[in-house]
Amino acid sequence: MNYRWNWSILLQEPYTEWLWSGLQWTVAISLVSWAIALSVGLVVGVVRSLPSGILRVIAGVYIDVFRNIPPLVQLFLWYFVLPEIVPETIGLWIKRDLPYPEFVTAVVAIGLFAGSRVAEQVRAGIEAVGNHLMPAALATGLRPLQAFRLVVVPLGLRAIVGPLTSEFLVTVKLSSLSLTIGVLELTAQSRHIENYTFQGLEAFTVATIGYLVIGLCVTGLMRLIDDRVGGAALRRAGS
Amino acid sequence: MIVLEDVHKSYGKLKILRGCSASVKLGEVVVVCGPSGSGKSTLIKCVNGLVPFEQGSITVDGVSVSDKKTDLPMLRARIGMVFQNFELYPHMTALENVSLAQIHVLKRSRAEADAGSEKLLARVGLGGKLASRPSQLSGGQQQRVSIARALAMDPKAMLFDEPTSALDPEMINEVLEVMQALALEGMTMMVVTHEMGFAQRVADRVLFMDGGEILEDTPKAQFFTDPATERAKQFLTKVLTH
Ligand SMILES: Nc1ncnc2c1ncn2[C@@H]1O[C@H](COP(=O)(O)OP(=O)(O)O)[C@@H](O)[C@H]1O
Ligand SMILES: [Mg+2]
Repeated sequence: MNYRWNWSILLQEPYTEWLWSGLQWTVAISLVSWAIALSVGLVVGVVRSLPSGILRVIAGVYIDVFRNIPPLVQLFLWYFVLPEIVPETIGLWIKRDLPYPEFVTAVVAIGLFAGSRVAEQVRAGIEAVGNHLMPAALATGLRPLQAFRLVVVPLGLRAIVGPLTSEFLVTVKLSSLSLTIGVLELTAQSRHIENYTFQGLEAFTVATIGYLVIGLCVTGLMRLIDDRVGGAALRRAGS
Repeated sequence: MIVLEDVHKSYGKLKILRGCSASVKLGEVVVVCGPSGSGKSTLIKCVNGLVPFEQGSITVDGVSVSDKKTDLPMLRARIGMVFQNFELYPHMTALENVSLAQIHVLKRSRAEADAGSEKLLARVGLGGKLASRPSQLSGGQQQRVSIARALAMDPKAMLFDEPTSALDPEMINEVLEVMQALALEGMTMMVVTHEMGFAQRVADRVLFMDGGEILEDTPKAQFFTDPATERAKQFLTKVLTH
């Protein structure tokens, strides 16, 4: 291989700054889309576990649609197609006045995709771990919705902290998709440096380490939460 | 107190209960026994409406369980139930397990509920385990928490579904003792169990079930000395000799 490594490139202006800013965007996209995924996923997953009702059906449709369309396609639909099919004033607003339009579109698209997966985890957790305590809770005189809210859901949610770790990690990795609509996150900045300096391998090495560190932080954090809520023990008891 | 009349229950085509009639009077202790799969759990769960049935009627304290107008949760609050596998809430402490329904069903304040729970847990011998989670307790201790949880609602009657079947032998007695004390205090109880010693000491009557039918409903003394059916005799030899 004739590649000439030149690590000093990373310390030159403006490349250090590019990478640093890319890392910050990656973290921002990951955190905001994860926040969206969690909030949407929790609500939809809980609704999906209700015994019946129109809301349950709607939740099922959301999960099926968003889980089955490739996330990249979803991103393009939100970014390129949505502004054209909504009423003109809204479309114009999205294109002209929405602050940070690429960032916002990216976190909405990634968040809603990951949210459908989180919702499935929530539903599965409630079914596997929470539901079998329903009769015991009802026997004490709790009403079905009380039993669901006070016993079944809290229990189901504790059990899925572990499985949610991989969903969080998926979300971090999906953040790199947003370069396709012009967000200058970590991967985009690395390519940028390659184009300017032909020293892409150094830049991508840094990006790789960046993703690795973020991933390890996520894993550590989730493990901490799992320990606190005793999730592992609950998953064993439920199976 | 509890009156069952001609209760039928099927799961799909499978008939589980074929016309069960029985009654438990105020202050009475009735033991239900019979081979595994004979429908004992199903029957006892019909009593508090956890299992719906198609035909017949059950009334508890004069209130019909199957009547659509009956407020089932309110009825269940007055009937305590103890399950084979304890079914405690694993994410809560013993105290919280006992307090939950007091707070949300009886609308007691948390302080009031906790004070009541402490007394009950002390009464079942677990005054020192208030802050323990179920996973930190032995099976016998968990089952006693579960009894305290049921008693916390000041029930008019208690249902037990094989409360000692999941326990190691050395823990069976601590649970039976709590139940026996309860019976002596005059609690109305319907107890599914194979503990014939408990039945001999505590029961007023014994129901023997097989194949979804109540084959015998006899006073305790007679059941053990002179059961009416051949199947009850066989059953007795099996459980008494093992
Ligand atoms: N939810 C259910 N669905 C289908 N069959 C059931 C269900 N629950 C119990 N059964 C069947 O009903 C019969 C009686 O069960 P059960 O009342 O648990 O008996 P027991 O408590 O006397 O062992 C068994 O054959 C069992 O397989
Ligand atoms: Mg049973």
